[in-house]
Amino acid sequence: MFCGGAGNSEITMNHLLECSQIGKSYFGVSVLRGVNLTLAAGSVLGLVGENGAGKSTLMNVLGGVTPPDVGSMRFDGADYRPKTPAEATQHGVAFVHQELNLFTNLSIAENLFIPAFPKNPFGFIDRKLMRAKTVELLSAVSLDVSPDTLVESLSPGERQLVEIARALGQQAKLIIFDEPTTSLTSRETDRLFALIERMRTQGIAMIYISHVLPDVFRLCDEMIVLRDGEVVGAGSKDEFTTERLITLMVGRSLDQLYPTRDTQPAPEAVMQVSDLAQPGVIEGISFELRRGEVLGIAGLMGAGRTELARILFGLEPCARGSIKINGAEISTLSTRERIARGLAFLTENRREEGLLMDAAISDNLALTALPQFTSGALIAQPRLTEAVNQMAASVQIRGGGQYSQPVKTLSGGNQQKVVLGKWLLRNPVVLILDEPTRGVDVGARSEIYRIIQQLAATGAGILFISSEIEELIGVCDRVLVMQRGTISARFDRAEFDRERILSVALPAGEKS
Amino acid sequence: MASLPTEPIATNDWGIRASQLLSAEYQVLLLCLLWFLAAIPFTPGLTSSNNLSNIFSNLLPLLILATGQTIVLITGGIDLSATSVMALTSVTGALIMSGDQGLLGGSAWAVPVGLAAMLFTGALIGWLNGAAITRLGMPPFIVTLTTMMFFSGLAIWLTKSKTIYNLPPAFNAIGKGALWFIPYALLVTALLVAAAHVLLSRSLAGRWLYACGHNVRAAEISGVPVGQTVTLAYVCSGVCAAVAAILYTGRLETGSPVLGQRLLLDVIGAAVIGGASLFGGRGKIVWTIYGVLFLTLIDNTLNLAGHSHFTIMMVKGGVILLAALLDVLRRRGQ
Repeated sequence: MFCGGAGNSEITMNHLLECSQIGKSYFGVSVLRGVNLTLAAGSVLGLVGENGAGKSTLMNVLGGVTPPDVGSMRFDGADYRPKTPAEATQHGVAFVHQELNLFTNLSIAENLFIPAFPKNPFGFIDRKLMRAKTVELLSAVSLDVSPDTLVESLSPGERQLVEIARALGQQAKLIIFDEPTTSLTSRETDRLFALIERMRTQGIAMIYISHVLPDVFRLCDEMIVLRDGEVVGAGSKDEFTTERLITLMVGRSLDQLYPTRDTQPAPEAVMQVSDLAQPGVIEGISFELRRGEVLGIAGLMGAGRTELARILFGLEPCARGSIKINGAEISTLSTRERIARGLAFLTENRREEGLLMDAAISDNLALTALPQFTSGALIAQPRLTEAVNQMAASVQIRGGGQYSQPVKTLSGGNQQKVVLGKWLLRNPVVLILDEPTRGVDVGARSEIYRIIQQLAATGAGILFISSEIEELIGVCDRVLVMQRGTISARFDRAEFDRERILSVALPAGEKS
Repeated sequence: MASLPTEPIATNDWGIRASQLLSAEYQVLLLCLLWFLAAIPFTPGLTSSNNLSNIFSNLLPLLILATGQTIVLITGGIDLSATSVMALTSVTGALIMSGDQGLLGGSAWAVPVGLAAMLFTGALIGWLNGAAITRLGMPPFIVTLTTMMFFSGLAIWLTKSKTIYNLPPAFNAIGKGALWFIPYALLVTALLVAAAHVLLSRSLAGRWLYACGHNVRAAEISGVPVGQTVTLAYVCSGVCAAVAAILYTGRLETGSPVLGQRLLLDVIGAAVIGGASLFGGRGKIVWTIYGVLFLTLIDNTLNLAGHSHFTIMMVKGGVILLAALLDVLRRRGQ
């Protein structure tokens, strides 16, 4: 596993990594298109882009998690086509993840050597050698603890240092950092940055992915901006300013994508949330959702948007605060009772939580409204079939016309329309949408926007969570911005400005 | 046979093809017929009326248990306790009704109270299984494995390992008697199986059972009362086991603490051969009827042809393995 064999690093050109024309699509939705990227040894590349811009997919391609559909890569002077993460590790590509990949029940030493424990002549694990090497690696990352310390007793920052030590132990030539500072204290962040500087002088190349733009400017030599799976800007750090970076990340609008709003929200509220809080998750959330209003919630991943939606729907607990639908308190009710009061929820994860993938389109559409289509204990099948067929036609599910086919045979966009149709059959009072257009192609997107507008026109209130500010501006009447579990700003339609929204969503770069 | 209800997906994968061939609506019934016809020359007495009625009386308890098991399998669970419940309810009924030592021996109330107690015991154990699975979040396999051991032990402990004789004739009639020429046992089975069919194919609870089996998370978020629905499946299985115990106990005229002990694997096997998926979300009562028929035919023909009990077990094991393999291939093919 320890790759000492790549002794030809002297004869490489000045580029350690070269990716050319990388393309990748999932279920017909293209997530990476013609991505070119070069990186020299000893330099740090900053990779920025909105959520869903294709950063993770690009890193998965580099790390051997998903092979690209088209394009080629060279690493360290040879063709690079990793089929598994282990193969990428062998080549010298290491990851430091957002969610750390350590065995918390094992010691630091065991974590560092788990792919290939050093063995003594009898074939047993050579604990002495393992400890000695671990001490050496830990001192390289300036982590002053015993190699026998269990990882579970370390802080997030210390665990990250263990991950970096592991990368060093694997003779990594390229280390990829994915949002490394999200769970670090400011002291730990400083320590990490110092370590990055030190590794740079040792000739290790690094890719640094972050939403914290000041950090990117401070650390990186080169920058690359991704949007909708394409590189929209690349060059040395001097060519960029924060403003230009944000403009590149957000991009320009596809005007015809969004239907024009021809109805106005009514003054009265259908949902009132006040001082909702759950320690460590959300804090002091208050807002009103009006009849016929589309209310957007912007923010980065981890800002508490999804958690808020799940708390509203009763899937996760909340410590205090009140949620009212049409004036009636629902915060103590179960999810089932909230659904009965008119709440509906399209989750961000339609495969695991939205759909019965192996079941028919018609069965999925019928699922939430079933109790309304019974006579006695039995299903009133003709009435149900008629309603389901009408709904399938109204949300325009395209899948060969047969509603008996399994949902999994549909494209992402049509699957999402099935989830929408399933809730529309209940005539919801409040519909919560969590990333409804994720993994959905442009055509189906505009149909989903149209369905949302139509629902708003009938008087329902819609809570629209999205990472794409473009889309929020195109569809919503108002936008709330969440940051670290609180609402950090509110914008009315007249004040919509993508750069301002993005700048209040980004966490402050300076941590004193 | 009738045309397939689902359009085949164009593919060259042999596994998918084979599973389509074997799992489609009527294929198992077709298989039964082929096996039966092919077996006639080799098994003297197969078509005798005596043997045919023997096949049927063997088939009924198995069918009832497999019906309950199918409902549980559809939710993605498994009920290993079914045959233990059968033994315990048999003992419970006998301890109440027996003229020798029964609580109500000789009383006019013996039969109705006995029947009610048997059904109640079955439902109660089903509810216990369901509650442990849904409220405590324990895996169905381990819950029903432990209830299987516990109640099987309880049945033997209650009777000190002895069978109980001298049951009321009115009770035995349920297992042995006939209305004109239709056995009561057949009537009861037909009613129960029809009710299960309606439950699964026509009722609200039925749709919910399938939804829980397909994706319990999505079902819960869609407002399906997951806990009650899954518990219902285990209660159904428990009640089915009690009904099977009533018919079997009546037929043998004895309450036995080891009643149906060997049936468990046949029960699960029959449902799987019929096409119920061990992964949940898939299964039909009609399919299970075919599965029961096929397994019973294998048993009967090999028995008549003079093969030993052990040979028959090996063949049945092979057939069930094949059916489970097809289930896996079908899943992978999708």
